[in-house]
Amino acid sequence: MSTATRSLPRTIGAHAILLTYTAIALFPVILVIMNSFKSRAGIFSAPLTPPTPGTFDLIGYTTVIGQGDFIHYFQNSLVVTIGSLFFVLLFGAMAAFALSEYRFRGNTLMGLYLALGIMIPIRLATVAILQLMVASGLVNTLTALILVYTAQGLPLAVFILSEFMKQVSDDLKNAGRIDGLSEYTIFFRLVVPLVRPSMATVAVFTMIPIWNDLWFPLILAPSEETKTVTLGAQLFLGQFVTNWNAILAALSLAILPVLVLYVIFSRQLIRGITSGAVK
Amino acid sequence: MGSLKIENVKKAFGPVEVLKGIDLEVTDGEFVVFVGPSGCGKSTLLRVIAGLEDSTSGRVVIDGADVSVTPPAKRGIAMVFQTYALYPHLTVKNNMGLGLKQAGTPAAEIDRRIGIASSMLSLEPYLERRPAELSGGQRQRVAIGRAVVREPKLFLFDEPLSNLDAALRVNTRLEIAQLHRRLKATMIYVTHDQVEAMTLADKIVVLNAGRIEQIGGPMELYNAPANEFVAGFIGSPKMNFIDGARLGETAKTIGVRPEHLTVNPNSGAWKGTVVHAEHLGADTNLYLDCEKAGLITVRIFGVYDAEPGTTLYATPDPAKTYRFGADGKTIK
Ligand SMILES: Nc1ncnc2c1ncn2[C@@H]1O[C@H](COP(=O)(O)OP(=O)(O)O)[C@@H](O)[C@H]1O
Ligand SMILES: [Mg+2]
Repeated sequence: MSTATRSLPRTIGAHAILLTYTAIALFPVILVIMNSFKSRAGIFSAPLTPPTPGTFDLIGYTTVIGQGDFIHYFQNSLVVTIGSLFFVLLFGAMAAFALSEYRFRGNTLMGLYLALGIMIPIRLATVAILQLMVASGLVNTLTALILVYTAQGLPLAVFILSEFMKQVSDDLKNAGRIDGLSEYTIFFRLVVPLVRPSMATVAVFTMIPIWNDLWFPLILAPSEETKTVTLGAQLFLGQFVTNWNAILAALSLAILPVLVLYVIFSRQLIRGITSGAVK
Repeated sequence: MGSLKIENVKKAFGPVEVLKGIDLEVTDGEFVVFVGPSGCGKSTLLRVIAGLEDSTSGRVVIDGADVSVTPPAKRGIAMVFQTYALYPHLTVKNNMGLGLKQAGTPAAEIDRRIGIASSMLSLEPYLERRPAELSGGQRQRVAIGRAVVREPKLFLFDEPLSNLDAALRVNTRLEIAQLHRRLKATMIYVTHDQVEAMTLADKIVVLNAGRIEQIGGPMELYNAPANEFVAGFIGSPKMNFIDGARLGETAKTIGVRPEHLTVNPNSGAWKGTVVHAEHLGADTNLYLDCEKAGLITVRIFGVYDAEPGTTLYATPDPAKTYRFGADGKTIK
């Protein structure tokens, strides 16, 4: 490597910029986590200081856990997120493969139609969706949420994945065809592993809005049985009094599962990038 | 067993006609090379034979059976690709065995065939490796092994040497030639490199813009090209084409291969100045700017010292001069 790109001032400069950015990005997260361990008085008197022996208090967590159903809300959130993610990736990848691999009449039109959803927010259709769910008896079920989120995530997934699938070597797929592999085997065994990094990217982009969503759980599944974490945390947001300890604790806890999923996917991402070329 | 017949095959991608009616017969055990410039439809024709692409019209007959609607795996063919196209998640052994496994061949038989193929191609030390752990040359040998193991009626090669460096290319070319001699199988080989075509083929098919220009043995194409295109494509350096009118000839174009010209410093047919000289050791290529014939190339066997700027006379061998009509066809 040339000395120009390695000189000390440059290295320091680059690190300074990156560290500043990291600090800014992490600041709100750290603030939430720090304050979740403080007493109510501690939160309000000195919100920017870490918990001291004087202000340390687990009241937030005990409230949340004591609420009883919170574990259940977590489960609901996980089921909905992972379920939707599974279907978005599966159907998204399959549609993308069909669009990029097969020449059929209306291919381009179909691609445009599937990508249209990126530009039209699904919430515009809330009333229709609610009517549909009522008619099909799916109100207050997790299935309703999974269906809606799958629909919401698919357009972007199809759009991104079909771009990546086009780059998978034709020769490789043709070699599989000559060896007698079915189109499904070619898709699952040859193509999907090669686009895994892009699928991980899609997974991250799909997962976070689903986990954080409040709108559809509130409208389609507000029952005690089907509440998600975000909806459950609203419990502590009163009209007159807000239980900040509990909210901050619930939020801190809610970060954990997404973090775990994120770590899993980003590993895939990095492994995909470093595992080298197709050839 | 391994004959191929193509009848009036046409292929269009949307409005673009890529193959404009191809007729071809390949007999059992022949080594046929499709050669032509990039984009002329060689790969498309090969993919139509393999069944990876449907022809718009026409028939493909392998061993007397019309396979136009048979899926690739059932046509009794094997294909080697330019980019190797090995399965990245499988070991060398499983790469070679996958096709047979799919066809339900017993494991013992698969092992036997992999054993033969890997010893033929010196791949034994690598059987447990993955493609990522092999060099380019080794990968292409695995790809060839994968084809051999299937014991196909027809081997199809699509520019298998294009991704290899020059030295490896010569070695692998030799290996493919030996393979053909040992297996006596029918092979169809696509390349844009006329040297590969000349060295490997029993029969060369020269393609241009979706049409067959000429079919024949290497020497037939060299000695009796059917038209200007074939004459220019076969042979290196390229044949000199001279406007007939400038030489006072009736033919539209006169063609002389560089090796069929002799030079003399004192007298000859065409007076010219040396523009550039390439010294290759075994032979010397001279570029002459001639008063009558324009810029021509002369190939002299052995070393010939000629400084740029010197005057030389070039003389064509009249017995090896080609005459082409206005339609580009050779005038006999
Ligand atoms: N799937 C395809 N869709 C549209 N055009 C194609 C397709 N495959 C090949 N072509 C076109 O057909 C022509 C011949 O291609 P090909 O057979 O690959 O040429 P080559 O002789 O270099 O192997 C090229 O002009 C190419 O652009
Ligand atoms: Mg090609």
